[in-house]
Amino acid sequence: MDIFTAARWSPYAAGIGIGVLSWLTFLLSDKPLGCSTAFARSAGLIERLFRGRKAEERPYYQEVKPHIDWGWMLVCGILVGAVGSALLSGEFQWAWVPAMWASEAGTGSLARWLVALVGGFFIGFGARWAGGCTSGHGISGTLQLTVSSWIATICFFLGGIAAAMFIYHVILGRGA
Amino acid sequence: MLTALHEKRRFQLILGFLAGIGFGFLLQKAGVAYYHVIINQLLLRDFTVVKVMLTAVVTGMIGVHLLVALGLAQFHPKPGTLGKTIIGALIFGIGFGTLGYCPGTVVAAVGHGALDALFGGVLGMLLGAAAFAVLFPALQSGILQKGDFGDVTLPRLLKVNPWVVVLLLSVAIIGLLYWIEKAGL
Repeated sequence: MDIFTAARWSPYAAGIGIGVLSWLTFLLSDKPLGCSTAFARSAGLIERLFRGRKAEERPYYQEVKPHIDWGWMLVCGILVGAVGSALLSGEFQWAWVPAMWASEAGTGSLARWLVALVGGFFIGFGARWAGGCTSGHGISGTLQLTVSSWIATICFFLGGIAAAMFIYHVILGRGA
Repeated sequence: MLTALHEKRRFQLILGFLAGIGFGFLLQKAGVAYYHVIINQLLLRDFTVVKVMLTAVVTGMIGVHLLVALGLAQFHPKPGTLGKTIIGALIFGIGFGTLGYCPGTVVAAVGHGALDALFGGVLGMLLGAAAFAVLFPALQSGILQKGDFGDVTLPRLLKVNPWVVVLLLSVAIIGLLYWIEKAGL
């Protein structure tokens, strides 16, 4: 049982696990692992709460129907699996500000919240623009050898490296 | 293919939930649900994220190609255009480096108690997705169509047997991972 209570697994063990999980989802569900579509469906479901059926008239929600599907349940499961892992290892802890951010940018939770909100907005917007995220393109698309997914994954990291370097090396003026 | 199983809609929702539990557990155990692990990857100081992703890609690539060859699965390649794939992914990347989580790991981060992931990351992603849905009609008739290259795959592009690409890429990725370990990253 030690492996379940360990705080960390080797990245190779975890990576093999995710690869095997993708075999199972292709075999049993005819689905690649992917997370960002569930956010678009949820946005549609929330808009429907306020605007009713009119929300579904948006052309985007005709393509990405605001309903609960396999991928939406996958994202719910991620929360449960991560809570389980964190509780078993004793790593669960409520925190407003990640320790690394706190030591380099300060412990103020409002600043971190605003930056996280802006970052999240770009991710939600960009993932829908590119048609996938680090799981749908980055793992599932690349393993199928799809050209669009290889290009997207390279650009995810190029944009991510640029933004992280800008924040930590230019704005905060520290780092390597 | 297990078509009868794929058509059981209710049961598929349960399978999706179970797959998610496995995925979330693995993301948390791998450490990639932590802000500092993702940011240190993007600052090129700690290669955990790349190790997890590339190992998953090699493992998944070999198995899924085998399943397809045996007639037990089919591919779902995503179509792309230069305007859609490059620009969208760069916008995503800027958010990725700013937030320090992605759409899967942000949920896994909430799972260990990260409130910035929940009230910042998840809320921001919902707002971003909603904004895209609003702007979609204008984008769809313009930039998203520019430079269409469809759902082409590397083997079709290079006009070789898929197994040639699977083999060469596996060797290249394992070599790269070996080099990353040797370099102590």
